[in-house]
Amino acid sequence: MESLEQIKARAEAAVPGAKIDIVANPGPSQQSSLLIDNEHAVAVAKLLRDDPALRFDFCSNVTGVDWLDRTVKKTVKVKKVVDGVEKDVDETTEEKLPGYLEAVYHFYSMTHKHGPVIIRMRTADRADGARLSSLTPIYRSAEFQEREIFDLYGVRFDGHPDLRRILMWDEFVDYPMRKDYREPDDYEYEPTPHDDVLEKAKQHYSPRPQLDGAENITAQQQ
Amino acid sequence: MSEIDEGLRSELQRQGIWVTSMQELYNWGRKNSIWPLQFGLACCAIEMIATAASRYDIARFGGEVFRPSPRQADLMIVAGTVTKKMAPQVVRLYNQMPDPKYVISMGACAISGGPFKTGYNVLKGIDRYIPVDVYIPGCPPRPEALLHAFMELQRKIDSQKLTGSEKATHLDSTQPSEFPVPSFGAHDLEPPANPDVFQPPKIERT
Repeated sequence: MESLEQIKARAEAAVPGAKIDIVANPGPSQQSSLLIDNEHAVAVAKLLRDDPALRFDFCSNVTGVDWLDRTVKKTVKVKKVVDGVEKDVDETTEEKLPGYLEAVYHFYSMTHKHGPVIIRMRTADRADGARLSSLTPIYRSAEFQEREIFDLYGVRFDGHPDLRRILMWDEFVDYPMRKDYREPDDYEYEPTPHDDVLEKAKQHYSPRPQLDGAENITAQQQ
Repeated sequence: MSEIDEGLRSELQRQGIWVTSMQELYNWGRKNSIWPLQFGLACCAIEMIATAASRYDIARFGGEVFRPSPRQADLMIVAGTVTKKMAPQVVRLYNQMPDPKYVISMGACAISGGPFKTGYNVLKGIDRYIPVDVYIPGCPPRPEALLHAFMELQRKIDSQKLTGSEKATHLDSTQPSEFPVPSFGAHDLEPPANPDVFQPPKIERT
């Protein structure tokens, strides 16, 4: 299989105006991915499927990722003049990154027996701008998985033939796989609560009855 | 329909006279011909199928006639995870069964939600909406456990009274035989539990 850089160059040559970045994954799997801009995603996916050298004809997996608003701290060594002497000083800058939702597609080639190539698409934000262009017209098997992302993350796929909830009921309004989702407070009883459930349980415990001081007397006698 | 004195009965039996009561005959007939409703929700259903197949053979207890229609079923085996999306249909199936009807809650999920209890999509036990007669713990319970539950249910049917203040619920016209079907709400099922059927346990702190 061609390297990601080659695929990127091929796609940029074939689809004019396409902005493609390589998102590195330095983990043991080394599965880096291509970040494709929303407008040209369908054209790039069509190229990946139809290009005779690539022929990624099998969309194996589509999944969603939720990225919350986050601040990234960067420490840079800066030369500064302190007390008349030039020194290397660590300077920390904070950068606020707005949150977004992501759809990740894994493509394989049945023809050439190679893959996967992973592509990502990011929404503008996590609210009204949570829209992506659907790849269902290119890969029919993406239909249900894009519906699942819509159901659980709230990403709207433009060009999807039948965008409805697939796992939750139609009247449901939340997006339960988002990191800021809070389920309805339906705590009842937990014999051994721990972690999040313990926090929930504490809110529902009846307050301890007021002590009248009698327990101190018994303690002293012992 | 008074209770028969056991000593008198055994004495009569020795003389070749078999004495019974309407209640005993009625319950004996019912308990040895329980027709379960044929439906499964998750992996517990596989164990239920194994129980019905030749190796464990629920036919030995008169429960082999799995009916595909709730109209012909006596017993609902809630075998598996009841998701919130599925719960109204389960209650509706229960409502469509004719009296007398019984429910076995099979496995951790049907009892309490099991490993998915803190999830957003799983009902925390089918006893929130319908009355349950026998609970079987296990994940999933083995076929022997289901057979044990079946025998417990037979024992329960055998002890049901036909008359008096403690008569069986299906003979008591004041007891409901149908329960309200929950509706899909914006965040959860509405209502999340039927308070007439289910009250959560309370912790008394001293």
